[in-house]
Amino acid sequence: MKLLTVNFLTCSNKGCSSTAEAFPLKIEDAKLAIQQMELKPEFLRNIVSRIDWDALLISTRQLGNNSLPEEKPELTEESDEVLLKSLHNVLLETEITEAKMTCGNCGHTYPVFEGIPNMLLSETEI
Amino acid sequence: MSRPEHIAPPEFFYNDEEAGKYNSNTRIQSIQAEMTERAIELLDPEGPSLLLDIGCGSGISTSIAESYGHVAVGMDISPSMLSVALESQEVEGDMLLADMGNGVPFRAGTFDGVISISAIQWLLNADKTCNVPQRRLNRFFETLYSSMRRGGRAVMQYYPESDRSQQMILDTAKKCGFAGGMVVDHPESKRQKKFYLILQAGGMRTLNTSEMSIEDEKVVAKKRKLKRKHDMSTREYIVHKKDLNRKRGRLSVPKDSKYSGRRRKAAF
Repeated sequence: MKLLTVNFLTCSNKGCSSTAEAFPLKIEDAKLAIQQMELKPEFLRNIVSRIDWDALLISTRQLGNNSLPEEKPELTEESDEVLLKSLHNVLLETEITEAKMTCGNCGHTYPVFEGIPNMLLSETEI
Repeated sequence: MSRPEHIAPPEFFYNDEEAGKYNSNTRIQSIQAEMTERAIELLDPEGPSLLLDIGCGSGISTSIAESYGHVAVGMDISPSMLSVALESQEVEGDMLLADMGNGVPFRAGTFDGVISISAIQWLLNADKTCNVPQRRLNRFFETLYSSMRRGGRAVMQYYPESDRSQQMILDTAKKCGFAGGMVVDHPESKRQKKFYLILQAGGMRTLNTSEMSIEDEKVVAKKRKLKRKHDMSTREYIVHKKDLNRKRGRLSVPKDSKYSGRRRKAAF
């Protein structure tokens, strides 16, 4: 599961979608892998405005990475190839193969196995 | 052939055996691929986009969407189908094990577009006591609407069981804020007929309808025009009254035959 997806994923519970504690899901016991992917500069420019940078900082710090700047970088037409590549590496090439993700509001833990998060809720929670 | 939704819920119907069959069946694969290509054509994305593939299954549709330069996220309820997708290694994007009837778990404005191939008819099934189809439909469309950015479009190919199911789905989508309607490919052929639900989440984009004739948004139920009593012949009146009695639940109504309302000799 890519870090890009973590930046958009919320808790499945109905009551949690509007609360601040529920997003981003807290990542624990994570196993990472690097999955090479073709650089897509146009896609990155399209998506960068929608990325929640604070949430991304929280997620990367939970994974032990402190290299991201405090402020979201501006991606202009003549943007640095290096900047694009590093964003690409963090968002699209960093894969979480196994982890436990917890919602800060309801406490439900979503397991990630083989890169696929299990977002199903038990019948009592729906 | 009975509909899969009447056999078992999707997570049980698509077990390892069925998933294996699905994966090795070239006919299914080519049909799904064709429908995906058509859905992407109808989706008409503006540049490389972040797409959601609902009911991604073994990843056929997801990998095709990716071949157009998009980044796709898939969700499906069957672990067996997702395993097949993982093994094929055709899907670059992420996949989620999730139940669409429980909502689309993404924050507001995430997706540029949404595709779904042969999936949403599964929402209409009450296969567990906790499943109320209308509630699931509501939850699905309201979370889908919020997870899309303004101006985003969703194209969902599915197999409606009846006009009523089509109407239920379209009405629910509209209540949740979507604008849109159905596009039917090959409407004359019963076998080849394909239904695409096209939904717009705000924005003013119109569909390029030059080569298409679109099925009317409003599905008008054909009302049987009841003739007034003196416009009906004796036989018609008798048959109509028998019909009414059957509808009201009377059990002893005789069957209609060529003798119903037949003129009898005066002596009778």
